[in-house]
Amino acid sequence: MQQPRTLFDKVWDRHVVVPETADTPGVIYIDLHLVHEVTSPQAFTEIESRGLKTRRPDRTFATLDHSTPTLPAGLNGLKPYVTPEAEAQVHRLEANCARHGISLAGWDSDDRGVVHVMGPELGLTQPGMTVVCGDSHTATHGAFGALAFGIGTSEVAHVLATQCLIQRKSRAMRVTVDGVLSPGVSGKDVALAVIAELGFGGGTGFVIEYAGGAVRSLDMEGRMTLCNMSIEAGARAGMIAPDEKTVAWLKGRRHVPSGEAFERAAVDWLTLATDPGAVFDAELVIDGGAIRPMATWGTTPDAGSPIGSRVPEPKSDSDRKALAYMGFEAGQTTTTQAVDVVFIGSCTNGRLPDLRAAADVLRGRKVKPGVRMLVVPGSEAVRRDAEAEGLHTVFTEAGAEWRIPGCSMCIAMNGDFVLPGQLAVSTSNRNFEGRQGKGARTILASPATAAASAIAGVLTDPRVYLTEAVDA
Amino acid sequence: MPEPLKTLTSKVLVLSQANIDTDQIIPARFLTTTESRGLGAKAFYDWRYEADGSAKPEAVLNRIDPTEHRILLAGDNFGCGSSREHAPWALHDYGFRAVISTSIADIFTSNALKNGFLPVVVDQATWDDLAAHPDQPVTIDLEAQEVRRGNHGPVAFAVEPFARQCLLDGVDTLGWLQKSMPAIEAFERAAQERATAPEPA
Repeated sequence: MQQPRTLFDKVWDRHVVVPETADTPGVIYIDLHLVHEVTSPQAFTEIESRGLKTRRPDRTFATLDHSTPTLPAGLNGLKPYVTPEAEAQVHRLEANCARHGISLAGWDSDDRGVVHVMGPELGLTQPGMTVVCGDSHTATHGAFGALAFGIGTSEVAHVLATQCLIQRKSRAMRVTVDGVLSPGVSGKDVALAVIAELGFGGGTGFVIEYAGGAVRSLDMEGRMTLCNMSIEAGARAGMIAPDEKTVAWLKGRRHVPSGEAFERAAVDWLTLATDPGAVFDAELVIDGGAIRPMATWGTTPDAGSPIGSRVPEPKSDSDRKALAYMGFEAGQTTTTQAVDVVFIGSCTNGRLPDLRAAADVLRGRKVKPGVRMLVVPGSEAVRRDAEAEGLHTVFTEAGAEWRIPGCSMCIAMNGDFVLPGQLAVSTSNRNFEGRQGKGARTILASPATAAASAIAGVLTDPRVYLTEAVDA
Repeated sequence: MPEPLKTLTSKVLVLSQANIDTDQIIPARFLTTTESRGLGAKAFYDWRYEADGSAKPEAVLNRIDPTEHRILLAGDNFGCGSSREHAPWALHDYGFRAVISTSIADIFTSNALKNGFLPVVVDQATWDDLAAHPDQPVTIDLEAQEVRRGNHGPVAFAVEPFARQCLLDGVDTLGWLQKSMPAIEAFERAAQERATAPEPA
C-alpha cells in the first residue's frame, strides 16, 4: 500500500519530469505561467539573446497591473503613467507578448486585472496545477489546491524557454485553524493571526497547507487572501485542499473544462486532499474562535495583534527601529493616531467580497474629512460586478475615490502612494518601511477594518459599525 | 552567465537590522526598468538618500568604499518580501558578492545563486563573532564550504550542491535545464495521452 501523502506531495508527484538526486535538483513541469510587466522584460531579453522562443505560449498568460495608472486616460487620450519608464515597460510587455504569441489582458481587454485576481477569475488556475509567476504573492492560487509560488526573473526565463523549473522539494507544514470564526473576522484576520504566530521567517523553506474548520468556512476569496500572505511568513506557497466550494466556484469559468470533462476533473480534484495519516515536517494549530479583527503595529507583517491591544515591549533594536518609524509606543494602543489614507484593493483584498465587506461598513456613512480613501478593484471583472451592485456609489457617496484596476498603492510604483509620514490603513500585504511610498507608515488590516477606520479617522474594529444600526 | 566564484576575501559591512526586505534593498519605484544592469546606484536607495535626492552623510553605505566591502553581514531573515531579482542585481552591481546572515529568504537565495551572489547562513555565535570584528577580513571558501575570519574558524556552511557547482564552474542554469528537453517532451506526451485516454469502464 502506498504511503499516505499530503496535498503538496500529490501535486508535486504529478509534475516531476526528472527526479532530484543528492547532487542535482529535480526538473518540475509548470502548468500555468502568469506574466506581468515588471519582472518579465529581462527574461524575454535573455531567451531572445539565445535564439529561444516561448515554448508553450498556450500555458502562458500576461496582464498589465504593477506600473499601470489607476486613473483613466485624460481628455487628451493619454494615460497618466507615473514616468515614461513605466509606460515603456508596459509597451515592452505588449511587444513581447505579440512577438511570442502570448495572450495579454491589455488595456483593451475586459479581462485585465491584478495577476492573482485575474488568473482564478478566468479559470486559468485549477486544482492540482503548478502555477508560477514572477511575483511573491503567487501563493494566492494555492487556495484552489494548486502548487503556486513566486519566482525570480531568471526563472521566468527558464519557464518561458522550457516550461520547467529546477527545484528541490520544500518541507511541508500544516497550519490548522480550528473552530468557528466570529462575525466580522475575515480571511485577512486569519492570515495576520497565522503570520503573527509563525513569525516573519517562520515559514521559510516550507510549503504550508491550511486546514481546519475555520479555513473550510472561508469562501474562495477568503482562502485566496489567506494563501496570498503565506510569503509574509516566509513560505513560498500556501495550499488548501479542493472541496465542493472549490468545484462550485470554478464551474463555468472560461478556461475550466465543461460538461462531462468538468465532472471528470472535479472527481480528480477531490482526490487531492491530504490522506489521513500523512506526516508533515511541522504543524501549527490555532484556535479560530479566538481570532479577533487584526491590525499590524510594526514594519513586518508578523507584527500584528487584535485591534485595541497594546503594542508589546520591543525585544531588539530592530523592534525599536520599527516602533520609532511607525510612531507607536510600547504599552499603548494604536487606535488613537489619526489615519491619513485608507487603501482597499490589491491581490490580497481586491475581490468582490472584499469590496462588499467594506461597502457594508460604509453604506450610509461618510469617510472622515481629512482622510483620503482609495478603492481599487482587483480586475475589470471585479469592477463590472461591483458597479452592477452599486458598490462604487457606496464608496463615492461616502467620499472615497473609485479607481480602475491595478496594484496601485500596495506597491506604490504607479504614482498612487502615501506621502512621507502619513499613516495608512491598508488591505494590502506589506507594511515594510517605504512600501507604500517613501516614509509612508502602513497598518495592514481587513477591508471591513479599513472601511471602519476611514469613517472614524483612527484604526477601528469594524464590529463597532456592523452591530450599530445606520440611520440612513 | 555568471562569472565563477570560488573564494572571496573581504572586509564585511555590518547591517545588523533583522528582516531587511527587498523593498529596502531596492525600492519598488525603481522596478520600472527593463534592464538588469546598473542598479547598484539604486541599492538601499532610501537608506542612502533623502527625499530630495541628497545623500545622507550618516548612511554607512555612503561612507564605505564598495570595492573594499564585498561581503554583507546582515540581520536575521535577510532578503524577505518580494521576489524581485532586482535585489541581487542591485547588490552585485553595488559591489557585494555575498551576504552572511542567520537566515535568508527562499526566493532571494534562489535569485542570488543565479547571479554570482552567494548567500551564506551561519549560526548566531559565528554571526556575533564576525560582527564584533568588522575590520578583519573574512574569507568565504565555497570550494571547502567554510567561512574563516583571519586565523579563526573555519566554520562550515551549507549550500545546495548543484548551486555550489554552478557558482564554482560558472554553469549556465538555463543551458543545463535545456539538456532535459527530451524528458520534458516525453512528460508532455504522456500527459497528453492521459488526457485523451478513454475512461476506464
